[in-house]
Amino acid sequence: MSAFVENIDWAEIGQATVDTLSMLGGSMVLTVILGLPLGVILFLTGKGQMLQSRVANGVLSLVINILRSVPFVILLIVMIPLTVALVGTSLGVAGAIPPLVVGAAPFFARLVETALREVDKGVIEASFAMGAKRRQVVLGALLPEAMPGLIAAATVTAIALVSYTAMAGVVGAGGLGDLAIRFGYQRFQTDVMVVTVVLLLVLVQALQMVGDTVVRRVSHR
Amino acid sequence: MITFQDVSKTYAGGGRAALTGVSLSVAPGEVFGVIGASGAGKSTLIRLINGLEKPSGGQVIVDGDDVTALGVEGLRALRRRVGMIFQHFNLLSSKTVAGNVAFPLKLAGVPDAEVKARTAELLARVGLSEFAAKYPAQLSGGQKQRVGIARALATGPKVLLCDEATSALDPETTEQILELVSNLNRELGLTIVLITHEMDVVRRVCDRVAVLEGGAVVESGPVEEVFLHPASATARRFVMEADGVPADGAMVGGRVVRLTFRGEATYKPILGLVARETGVDYSILGGRIHRLRETPYGQLTLALTGGDVEAAIKRFQADGVRVDLVTEAGR
Repeated sequence: MSAFVENIDWAEIGQATVDTLSMLGGSMVLTVILGLPLGVILFLTGKGQMLQSRVANGVLSLVINILRSVPFVILLIVMIPLTVALVGTSLGVAGAIPPLVVGAAPFFARLVETALREVDKGVIEASFAMGAKRRQVVLGALLPEAMPGLIAAATVTAIALVSYTAMAGVVGAGGLGDLAIRFGYQRFQTDVMVVTVVLLLVLVQALQMVGDTVVRRVSHR
Repeated sequence: MITFQDVSKTYAGGGRAALTGVSLSVAPGEVFGVIGASGAGKSTLIRLINGLEKPSGGQVIVDGDDVTALGVEGLRALRRRVGMIFQHFNLLSSKTVAGNVAFPLKLAGVPDAEVKARTAELLARVGLSEFAAKYPAQLSGGQKQRVGIARALATGPKVLLCDEATSALDPETTEQILELVSNLNRELGLTIVLITHEMDVVRRVCDRVAVLEGGAVVESGPVEEVFLHPASATARRFVMEADGVPADGAMVGGRVVRLTFRGEATYKPILGLVARETGVDYSILGGRIHRLRETPYGQLTLALTGGDVEAAIKRFQADGVRVDLVTEAGR
C-alpha cells in the first residue's frame, strides 16, 4: 500500500483540494450572478415573451454562442491579458476564476433559458391577470416555478466547472488538475494521478447528489 | 358592467380575424355565457375584458373604464377588480395553496397580517381550509379549481372571468364548481362571464348567452330563449349536442316537429288528447325533461303522420305549447 502511494505528499494534495474547491466556489458564485440574468434576458427577449426583441435576443444569443464555441483550453490562453487586467495575475486560484466564469456563464445562461421555457405559460398569464407587474411576474412566478430546473442547471454547470478547473491547471491555476498534470502526467507518478482523479470523482459525485437532493426538495410538481 | 362595441381582433401575422364586429353588453350581477367551438374566438373575447389581449378595433368598456385606453397602472388596478379562473387552473406549483391565494394580495402590496386573515377567509369560503399547507400537485382537479376561485376572489373583484373553467373536470366536479360559481354570483353579486364549448354549462348557470361562430356573435339572448328555440345553426348544434337528440327525421315519415312545454303545459296529458282529437299518429324521436336553472321544461321531438297535422299543431299551440318545425320529412 505504502509502495503504491510513495510519491504522494498529502499536504500538497490537501492544498490542491482546497484550491480546486476555492476555484469552484468562486467561479460558481460569479457564474450564477452573471449567467442567471443573462439567461433570464435571453428568455424574456425570445419569441412570444414579454420583452420580445429579435435584435436583443439575436445579439445576446450570438455572443453566447461565440463564447461557447471557443474550446476552454483556448479561452484560458486568450483570456490571460484580460485576467491580468482584472485580478492582477493569471496564476493561482485568482487567475483561474475569470476564464472559468467566462467559460461557464454562457453555458449556464443557456441552461437557465431552457429551464424557464419549461414554465407553464398559463401560470405567467394568470400572474398578469392578477395584476402583477413584469418584475413581479419574473421574481414572484417565473423564477420560483423554474426553481427545480434552475437548480439542476446549476448542478450541471458546477460539474462542468470541476473539469474546467482541472484544465485550468495547464496555465498554472493550481488545484487537483494541476497536480495531475505536473506529477501524474509529466513525471509519470501514476499514484498522484489516481488519487487526484478519485478526489475529482468524489467531488463530482457529491455535487450531483447535493444537486439532486435540492431539486427534490424544491420540486412540488 | 362590460360593453363590447364593434370589437375586432386580428393577431399580428395571423391572417384570419379572431373576432369581427362583436358587440355585446353584460349587466352587473349577471352570469353571461359565451359558447362556441374551439377556434371561434372565445378565449380572445374573454382576454379582451382584462386586457390580456388588445382589440384591433372597437372599444371594450369594463366597470366604466375603456380597457384599451388604460395605462399600465390603470390596467393593473382593473385586473384587481376582475378575477379570472382557467381551464388548467394555472396555479403556481411552487407555492402552497395558501401561498397561491395570497399571491394576488402580495402583488397588490397588502400588509402581511391582512393577507393572512384574508387568505384564511377565502379558503374557508371554498371549503379548503385544511388544505392551506398543501401544494397544488397534491390536490384533485376540483380542489385545484377551488383554489383558483379563491385566488381570483382575493382582491375582492366585481367581475369573475371563467375561461373554460370546468372543461378539464369530470361531470360531478363540474357540477360542484358550477354550484360554487352560482353561489358567488348570488351571495357576492359578482358579475360572471364564462366561456365554454358545453351547452350544459350554459344551461346550468347562465342568465344570458352569446353564441360565437368564426369570430362573430351569431345569436344572443336569454338562455331559455336560445336553449329552447335556437335560431342559428350553431346554437342548434350545441343544443343537440347537449341533448343527444338526433336532428335527423329522415328515418320516419311525416312532419318532424319539436314541442316545447314550459310551466303549466309541462304537466298536461296533452299528447294523447291531441292524437285522439285530430287522428294524428306520433312517433317520439327524442325528448327531455329538465330544468333551466329554476324553470322546469319539457321538449319532445315528434314525427306526426296521418290525420290533420295542421290541426294538431294548432291544437298544441292553443294549449301553450310551442311548436317548431324541424323538417318536412317523409317524402
